[in-house]
Amino acid sequence: MRTTRRGFVGSASAATALLAAGVAYGQKGKYDDGASDTEIKIGNTNPYSGPASSYGIIGKSIDAYWRMVNDQGGINGRKVRFISLDDGYSPPKTVEVVRQLVEQEKVLCLFNTLGTAPNTAIQKYANLKKVPHLFLATGASKWGKPKEFPWTMGWQPDYHTEGVIFAKHLLANVKDPKIAVLMQNDDYGKDYYEGFREGLGKDVGKIVKHVTYEVTDPTVDSQIIQLKDSGANAFFNITTPKFAAQAIRKAAEIGWKPAHYLNNVSASVAVVMKPAGFENGQDIITAQYLKDPTDKQWDDSDDMKAWRAWMVKYNTSASLGDAFAVFGYAVAATMHKTLEQCGNDLTRANVMKQAASLKKLVVPMLLPGITVNTSPTDFYPIQSIRLQRFKGETWQLFGDVMSNEST
Amino acid sequence: MTTATPADTATTPAVPASPMAAAGADRRWVWIVVAAAAALPLLRSVVPDIISDYRLFLMSTMMIAAIAVLGLNLLTGFNGQISLGHGAFYAVGAYTAAILMDKLSLPYWTLLPIVAVVCFVVGFLFGLPALRLEGHYLALATFALALAVPQMLKYRWLEDLTGGVQGIVLLKPEAPFGLPLTEDQWLYYYCLIVTVLLFWAAWNLLRGRSGRAMMAIRDHSMAAGTMGIDTARYKTVTFGISAAYTGIAGALSASAIAFVAPDSFGFFLSISLLIGLVVGGVASLPGSIIGGIFTVLVQNSAQALSNFVKNDIGLPYDLSPYSVYGILLLVLMYVMPTGIAGGVVMAWRRLRR
Repeated sequence: MRTTRRGFVGSASAATALLAAGVAYGQKGKYDDGASDTEIKIGNTNPYSGPASSYGIIGKSIDAYWRMVNDQGGINGRKVRFISLDDGYSPPKTVEVVRQLVEQEKVLCLFNTLGTAPNTAIQKYANLKKVPHLFLATGASKWGKPKEFPWTMGWQPDYHTEGVIFAKHLLANVKDPKIAVLMQNDDYGKDYYEGFREGLGKDVGKIVKHVTYEVTDPTVDSQIIQLKDSGANAFFNITTPKFAAQAIRKAAEIGWKPAHYLNNVSASVAVVMKPAGFENGQDIITAQYLKDPTDKQWDDSDDMKAWRAWMVKYNTSASLGDAFAVFGYAVAATMHKTLEQCGNDLTRANVMKQAASLKKLVVPMLLPGITVNTSPTDFYPIQSIRLQRFKGETWQLFGDVMSNEST
Repeated sequence: MTTATPADTATTPAVPASPMAAAGADRRWVWIVVAAAAALPLLRSVVPDIISDYRLFLMSTMMIAAIAVLGLNLLTGFNGQISLGHGAFYAVGAYTAAILMDKLSLPYWTLLPIVAVVCFVVGFLFGLPALRLEGHYLALATFALALAVPQMLKYRWLEDLTGGVQGIVLLKPEAPFGLPLTEDQWLYYYCLIVTVLLFWAAWNLLRGRSGRAMMAIRDHSMAAGTMGIDTARYKTVTFGISAAYTGIAGALSASAIAFVAPDSFGFFLSISLLIGLVVGGVASLPGSIIGGIFTVLVQNSAQALSNFVKNDIGLPYDLSPYSVYGILLLVLMYVMPTGIAGGVVMAWRRLRR
């Protein structure tokens, strides 16, 4: 083979590396990786591609939120740099990009990484590296274990808690209940179902029929017919929006009128109740912690107005009825408050400490009466929900804020 | 098997029909690459910013992908059977390893032989009925397999074993004998050793009788049969070996990621292996390595590139990473129709003339 000397040219100058950041004197605060006098780096993963890409709107909304914060001067004078990478909802990819975020980009913390399986894949790593792994976008009940995983914290009310609350309401309000359950056959469905069974306690035998469906099924019509035939007078509906609408419509079609409890996942007016037909959905009970942007009763509230103004200015790619955009806004606001509380001590330990000392924090777009509460032993930020009943074309809140301190 | 002499390269297209076209051309180069790869992690103490743990981890995943692509290459490239479902064997390998570690607490280094056997048997058994299927029909059958496996992992009866949708969380392998290596350095060496062994085995297999038989079946199955080759046996055994290779890659990835879940083995995994195969170079050993690097690297840079277009150049296009990925693939297929390995060989020959 032929050798040329050309290869030796050009590889000589390693000196440029010496231009790295200057010596840090006269800093305003204490910092770990990812924070400085001028900037806070936050890392995130979201499925922007692949089968779960509809969730990607959450990441885009959070990004839009930080752009607003930066336009308003940042957090305690520091601009937020939000680095959100695509993991396609594939756990190995999540591990890879999270390592990139922590080791190459050197982010201060991980925030709202999305999905139960992706988060399970990185939980150990984040705790080993002592990187805050905060306010995750998953409703699984396993994210609040400060003893085993002191660096991981969830955010939304977990499915388990919600199941318990439904069960308690059902036992108190339905006479001689015979309960039917329709459940999506995955971890989300099971979390709800287990919480529900726990809430029923000794009355667990009152579940007379329990049927499941796969997320790939075209309809749940046959399941609804089975449930009606069981003679049940109460119905716990653990379904995602498409199937929830089908279930409500089919039950009305065949004249089955149980006391109907619908999980929070499908509480949207625009995506579920309207396609199901308002007349078919009357008196259904669901749980909610966020304001539904398609529900007219919030039109005049200040936070809804602020949210809509932000949507129009910063989050133009999302629709004004998108509940994911509400979720992203509210969870980013929680992170915003946490970082504000950190003051000039932007170490990872302090971020975690502040995240674990949020007291009665009012977050925009949460329902009135629901606040964020954490402590060094309570890593479940939102554990309250409010029940609401469908009347006419909107949900009507009733009763008090319901909580289940199941930590 | 014809070996291309320099004289007829001008007239025959440089399809890398022979696995040795590039690999055997200069054996010295193989040694240099392996030695360089082995020395790389040791530079970590010298230039820790360049040889970071993250980069070593990334290179380990590239080697794992290269083994999986090689597995597919043995089947598709050298034996001519198309598989759209190698992600399934990858999943079987990963889960076999994970379950053995989780339930029987077997140390990670005992797993690869077991995984190889299990995946060989699974691949062999799948190969038996698949014998009746040719071309598109086989592609469809393997496609179904890739779709079915993640669902089967969630199946109620298997749930105690597989952990259902929750998956299984594992421990990362630590360096043995008290070697002063970080987890990522050790993982890198572990993957490197396995990769070198497997490529060496594949090279030996292909340049012998069985390799020639495999390729004869690919080129003309009927003629191969007439010449006394037991086509049925070769096809099923190739299927088994191919599955074993891909399964080993899956087991390595389970160790590297320290977590398995059905979501990890979606259909796109199979497709990205196939893309790696075609882009790297069909029926080429170095092509498999290039394909492995490609599958890991380009997906990452696609996102960086789409951000670059949007933020730094300021073009008003919101290109998703996958459109960038798609454009890149199209360009590559036009510029190098025989894959990167074939393209490089062709370019090299042009330059030498």
